[in-house]
Order: sequence, then structure tokens, then C-alpha cells
Amino acid sequence: MLFFIEVALSGLMAGVMYSLVALGFVLIFKASGIFNFAQGVMALFAALTLVGLMEKFNFPVWLAIIGTIAVMIALAWLIERVMLRHLVNQEPIILFMATIGLAYVLEGMGDLLWGSDVKLLDIGIPQGAWDWLWDQGIYVEKLELFAAGTAAILVIFLAIFFQKTRIGRALRAVADDHQAALSVGISLHTIWVVVWSVSGIVALVAGIMWGSKSGVQFSLSLIALKALPVLILGGFTSVPGAIIGGMIIGVGEKLAEVYIGPMVGGAIENWFAYMLALAFLLFRPQGLFGEKIIERV
Amino acid sequence: MNDRNVGDVILKVENISLSFGVMKVLDNINFDVRQGEIRSIIGPNGAGKSSMLNVINGFYHPQEGSITFKGNTRKQMAPQVAASQGIARTFQNIALFKGMSTLDNIMTGRNLKMKTNLFWQALHLGPARAEELENREAAERIIDFLDIQAIRKKPVGKLPYGLQKRVELGRALAAEPELLLLDEPMAGMNSEEKEDMCRFIIDVNDEFGTTITLIEHDMGVVMDLSDRVLVLDYGKQLADGKPDEVRNNQDVIDAYLGIPHEHE
Repeated sequence: MLFFIEVALSGLMAGVMYSLVALGFVLIFKASGIFNFAQGVMALFAALTLVGLMEKFNFPVWLAIIGTIAVMIALAWLIERVMLRHLVNQEPIILFMATIGLAYVLEGMGDLLWGSDVKLLDIGIPQGAWDWLWDQGIYVEKLELFAAGTAAILVIFLAIFFQKTRIGRALRAVADDHQAALSVGISLHTIWVVVWSVSGIVALVAGIMWGSKSGVQFSLSLIALKALPVLILGGFTSVPGAIIGGMIIGVGEKLAEVYIGPMVGGAIENWFAYMLALAFLLFRPQGLFGEKIIERV
Repeated sequence: MNDRNVGDVILKVENISLSFGVMKVLDNINFDVRQGEIRSIIGPNGAGKSSMLNVINGFYHPQEGSITFKGNTRKQMAPQVAASQGIARTFQNIALFKGMSTLDNIMTGRNLKMKTNLFWQALHLGPARAEELENREAAERIIDFLDIQAIRKKPVGKLPYGLQKRVELGRALAAEPELLLLDEPMAGMNSEEKEDMCRFIIDVNDEFGTTITLIEHDMGVVMDLSDRVLVLDYGKQLADGKPDEVRNNQDVIDAYLGIPHEHE
């Protein structure tokens, strides 16, 4: 039983890490209907910038974080100026393609600016096992606990922001109908900069957590792939969905690996999430919490 | 309705021409709208009526001509500028925020009435909260006015067509516009819904003194509601005047009924 709890808990924590990446996708998708392929690279870029500021310029941690946030906001502004502004009213697939381009540009830029070697990221997040639970015989990483706490705060903050504020409503309005949003006086340009900034900051949080866990390296941009099944499960438009979807995937793949794995020769963890996503696509394509939008054709 | 209180010119459209490539959509259009007036634009399909509204609220930028709204003359402007000057509109093919509730849709209409900055909003405290409550009250007044209390929390994408049109009107009203543009507010409605919508339009005009420019195909409605009617046909201005004048205009009758060929 203890073993089961330990597996489930570590799955839960790993899941939250996926959720952090998925959150960034949800934000941009909600507010602009764009599937941002570059989200994973944005997390990498943010983490690289953070490390770079700390190592090359000897910034203290807090200043480096503020500096990175400033860089991410500047990046959002640039993306709007150079990319989105010229693609108003284009098909979603065209915007998606543009974000693929963006992913390459960002990856190259990160490489150029900060170098391509694996970097250690240490901003003082506690590491190692959580003593209290360890005494009970369960191993849980402090870092993962910290990540879970951060994710919880982020989600509460974002949920209030989206549901209860003018800008949150404007974000959702823009996602729903560009023309109608314009007609009530919402400026698309401002909204895009805001939403890409917010998702840039979320990417920074994800980058910090993943970077602290496994070092800042270019494979970080691949964690975006794990966010895909999370999104399909949770729904592309739901912030809580991203969190719960992440946790289901995390717990599911760990439990499947440990309990079903031996029966089929193991390595379930690698594909379990995608199979689960496939099943969801068949039976509930809008995900657990997504908005079911009925298209009138 | 000839003894109504109609004020000065609020909107003046001069020599507007709009084309997409070789297609001339609007050809030298001239008309004005007076304060407090209900002004209709009619014409067969493809006459350029919707394009005219799109020019007025800044979606389309005409190649020639100018528009004067409340004394400011301009050739073209961005939609959000038009909105901030007091022009609100509805769309021919309902453009609501389908995933959002009725209340949220109407609150979105109050976007420009809310001014607190991102910082306070992010914290959802202080002035942002007070402002939110204040605007929520205004939204509730509109919900009462349109008699849609029962669907306040429903996602609008799931509402029947007639109600969606009503919510869309609500969102436009939420901005407290000076000029309200309605693109076929009664299209696709049954006669009961049409009557309701007519009543709302008259009430908005009477109670709030809102100037209204509307496009409509139902001639009975147009002739009853309007102070003046502009007739477009293939992007050209065919007639302009009081409903009675327009009704008896030979060009208009020809455009709608076709010209009889004498040898047939």
C-alpha cells in the first residue's frame, strides 16, 4: 500500500510539471485560438535567459527573475509586432505554422545568446527528499512539492484573472470572435501582447522548475510534447483542465509502468499518455473541461 | 413619426467609394444621420448595405470619401476608435462570444467603460473590484430591459437564434452608444420575435435617445420604424428620403420588382 501511495504521489508531482507547460498552451489558445508550437521553446528560452543573467552578468536571483520577466514581455511585444499583426484573420493553421517558425527562431536565438551547453540552474529551490514523508517511508522530492505549490498559486491567480476581470473577459472575447471583439472596442494588439506576456511568464515558471530538476538544456523544448496529451485530456481552453489533465497523465503513466508494465515487458511510461489522449479524442474530443463549441455549418 | 424630436446631423457620409480589387462595392455614397433618428438602409442582396456599416465602424477602409461623426471628419479609422467614440453595432450573422455567458457577453460590451489598469485587475482588488461591481449593475439593467434574466448564466452558443440576437443587442447597448448600427436585427426571426425586437428598437430610441441606423429586409418593419430610408442597389445610391417618398420612387420599385421588358 505504501508503495502504491509513493508511486501515485510521485506521478502526481511529475504531472504537475507537465501541467505547468500545458498552462502556457492553454493561455494562448484561449485568448487567440492559436496553438503555440513554440511554448516548449519559450520555457527553454526563459530558463536560458535566467541562467545567462545569473552566470554572465552575476545578477542576484531576484534581479535575474525580474530581468527575465522583462525579456519575456519584450519578446511578446516583438512577436505581436513582427508576426501576429500581419496575420490577423488568417486561418488557425497558418498561425500555427507561424509558431513553428517562431520555435526555430527562439531556439536559434537562445543558442546564439547563451550557448548550447547544459547549464545548472540553482535559484535556491530546496532539493532532495521531503524529510517528514521520508520518515513515513515515502519518497517525495521537495522540488516537486515546490512546483506543485507554485502551480496551485498560478492557477488560482489565472482563474480569477480570466473569469472576473475586464482584461480576462477581453482575452476570452478575442479568442471567440475577432470582429465582435473589435466592435466593442477591444484592441487586438494590446490583448495579444498581454496574453503572450502572461504565457511567457508561465513559460518562465515551467522553465525554472524543469531546469532545476534536470538542468537547462535543449531537450527541455521537447517537454512540450508531453503537454499535448495533457491538453487533449484537460481541454484546450481550460486552465483547471490543464492542471488536472497533467495530474491524471502523471499518475496514470507511473501506475501503469509499475503495475501493468511487467506484464507487457515495461516501457509503458513513454506511450501511456498518448494512448490515453487517443482514447479521449475518440470519445470526448473537447477534453474533460473544454468548451464544447458547436459549429453551425 | 414625423413629429419626432430629431436633432442635428451626427453622422455625415460623403462621396464614399469602396472597392475590393475590381469589384466596386460602394460607389459615391452620400447621406447623413440625424441625432435621435432611426435611419434605415435597404436594398437587394449584394447592394452594399453591410459594407456601408463596415465602413462606418471602421472594419472597411474606403478608397475615397470621408465620414464625419460628431464633428470629426476622417477618411478611415480603426474599429476600436469608432467604438470609443460611441459607435456600437450588431452583425448580420450573429457575432457573439459563444463560449461565454449572456452576462459576460454584455459585460464585454462595457469594455470601454472600464478603465482600471492591468496591475489592479491582476490582483482583483481595490479600484478594479469596485469598478467591476458598478459595471455589473449596468449590465443587469440591460438584462432587465431586454427581459433576458432567465438566460443570464447560460453560454450563448446554446441559445436559440432569436435570443442570441437579443443578447447581441444587449452587448451593443452596454457600451451606451450614441450611434447604434444594427445589421438585419430581425433576420431569421418568427413574427413574435420580430415584434419583440421592434419594440426594443423603438424603446432604445425613445428612452435612451440613441440614434439608430439599421439594415432590414422586412419592408413592413422598415416603413413603420424609420424616419428616413436610404436605398442602395449594386453599390449605388438609388433613393433617399422619408418612407413614403421611397416607397413611391420608380427606381426603387424597379430595383425590387425588376423592370418589365416591353416586348415580352
